[in-house]
Amino acid sequence: MSQDTTETLTGSQIVVRLLERQGIRRIPGIPGGAILPFYDALSQSKLIEHVLTRHEQGAGFMAQGAARATGEVAVCLATSGPGATNLLTAIADAKLDSIPMVAITGQVATSLIGTDAFQEVDAYGLTIPITKHNFLVSSAQELLEVIPKAFRIAASGRPGPVLVDIPKDVQNERIEVTEWPEPGRRDPAAEADAESIAAAAAMINAAQRPILYLGGGVVHSGGSAEAVQLAEKASLPTVMTLMALGAMPVDHALSLGMLGMHGARCTNLALDECDLLIAVGARFDDRATGKVAAFCPGAKIIHIDIDRAELDKIKTAHVGIRGDVKEVLGRLLPQVKQDLRTAWLGRVGELKSTCPLQTPGADDPRTPYGLIRAVAECVDDEAVIATDVGQHQMWVAQAYPLRRPHQWLTSGGLGTMGFGLPAAIGAAMAQPERTVVCFTGDGSILMNIQELATAAEENANVKVVLMNNASLGLVFQQQTLFYGERIFSSKFKGVPDFLKIAEGFGWQTLDLDTASDPKAALQAAFAVRGPMFIHASIDRHEQVLPMVAPGAANKDMIGD
Amino acid sequence: MNSITKKHHDAGQAHAVLELDVNNHAGVMSHIVGLFSRRAYNVEGILCMPVGSGKTSRIWLTVNEDARLEQMIRQIEKLEDVLKVNRHGAAHEVFDRVGEFFR
Repeated sequence: MSQDTTETLTGSQIVVRLLERQGIRRIPGIPGGAILPFYDALSQSKLIEHVLTRHEQGAGFMAQGAARATGEVAVCLATSGPGATNLLTAIADAKLDSIPMVAITGQVATSLIGTDAFQEVDAYGLTIPITKHNFLVSSAQELLEVIPKAFRIAASGRPGPVLVDIPKDVQNERIEVTEWPEPGRRDPAAEADAESIAAAAAMINAAQRPILYLGGGVVHSGGSAEAVQLAEKASLPTVMTLMALGAMPVDHALSLGMLGMHGARCTNLALDECDLLIAVGARFDDRATGKVAAFCPGAKIIHIDIDRAELDKIKTAHVGIRGDVKEVLGRLLPQVKQDLRTAWLGRVGELKSTCPLQTPGADDPRTPYGLIRAVAECVDDEAVIATDVGQHQMWVAQAYPLRRPHQWLTSGGLGTMGFGLPAAIGAAMAQPERTVVCFTGDGSILMNIQELATAAEENANVKVVLMNNASLGLVFQQQTLFYGERIFSSKFKGVPDFLKIAEGFGWQTLDLDTASDPKAALQAAFAVRGPMFIHASIDRHEQVLPMVAPGAANKDMIGD
Repeated sequence: MNSITKKHHDAGQAHAVLELDVNNHAGVMSHIVGLFSRRAYNVEGILCMPVGSGKTSRIWLTVNEDARLEQMIRQIEKLEDVLKVNRHGAAHEVFDRVGEFFR
């Protein structure tokens, strides 16, 4: 506690001050009755800027975009009732991808709770299963403890979302404050077990065909450099989950790119042959493993994770290490022998050359892979790459040259269509020096299209690249492949004029369909700062390949 | 053996008794039982009383002992308001003694 002079402050003023002390400088949200006292206090802050979004889900994903791009806890705001329910999807999304976020919601006055008051909803009860922890605050005094604690919980261990629900009377309650608590910071993780680390090193040193399997936890822990060093020292071919892309540059000689449902054939086949799988900050998600019993069938498993509940959850580890990934990798490094591993790297090289990722049309910007390559040529590694969810997301995950942790913002666990645009805006506002690209589809963009208004208002440096196939492409693909081509409810009968919509929202636009030189047009569009909406039509029969059928073994891929 | 536990012993389902020390405030029970209910994992018995000054409570749960129990315990241990979890066998007397109120 730091000494200060005594002040009489409302609960709202206390929260604003605590957020300022946390270092929060921007909060997206939407006001409403039950959060108005807080907005009144926020209006007086000289440090915090409010971003008025057009839907609370947009606010939730803008906070997520900032948190994912910076690795720091971000905050979003909503009123009670529909404000809170509109936040739920973004909160659940943050939970599944372990994103540190604090959501603050207004609640009806304490005396009205439980009476079905206007805009009353049990935000606390609703968010129990989708938050890391949540609070229903009962007094202004309690805020002094709850707010720093919310930040500490969101950032510590395995990060995640925390909800703080504050009744209106608590926001208005005046109390004397003489001392301010220290801002809530990430607790240092408990030191990992030395014996287990030694055992893991021995297993790596003894392995003939090891593979390093990186998950989102590597990015969250800041351990990407250590992961790359470990791979290089022990010559470990490395696969990444969707969440880990960027942890190792995809064009690194040891990188096998993304594993799983849409991984390259060489990647999944190498995993099938490995004798040791070193899982780091990864949780053996079904989209990564395919049929679990057939995943790395001949491999022993080392599993490193900060969350003990992830160890042995899906696959029993031969050595399970609970600890901070960065710390564990750092301690593992000196114990691992330098090894050229020529035979195994030779075998992996053979797989890479005989069955690499096929990217047909990569030189033609009027195809999915070609468009992604052409966009990548317009920016450098400092750019942030966000996506929505669907075919475009998988094409970008496969083909974009991601080279930097925190470069890649995508909804992995929950797979939320509508994530991309607000997440991109949140990242662009948190890191205004960067260009933020948002690859999206015509299905996804419509799910949070109202945030085009927010981006225009804030002049966010976001380049939307809409891959328009007038359908829900991944559904269309699955119906084509697995449901006897019975296409149902996946083709849109009416397709809006997205360019007119974007113009109407005040965006600059580019239609690649009519551009005579699409590459030059893209270069010109990216040279302009501020929001730019780029439209490209895609054939709806284009598929994301290879593909592992849901529930099938990863080695049984459809397509080359 | 009371009638409740007897029924389960007859069904051949082994039980475990969990002892949880938790912070005592509204919502803690909801966090804990939510972990079970969202996995369709039935909680057969619950006892809860404040301990000492009332700042903390002790919750006793009796649950079916199946393959998911270890994962359940790890999930419970992660809850912010759970201070300690002890796992006992079905032989623990706490539910037998309270059983007489359920005859």
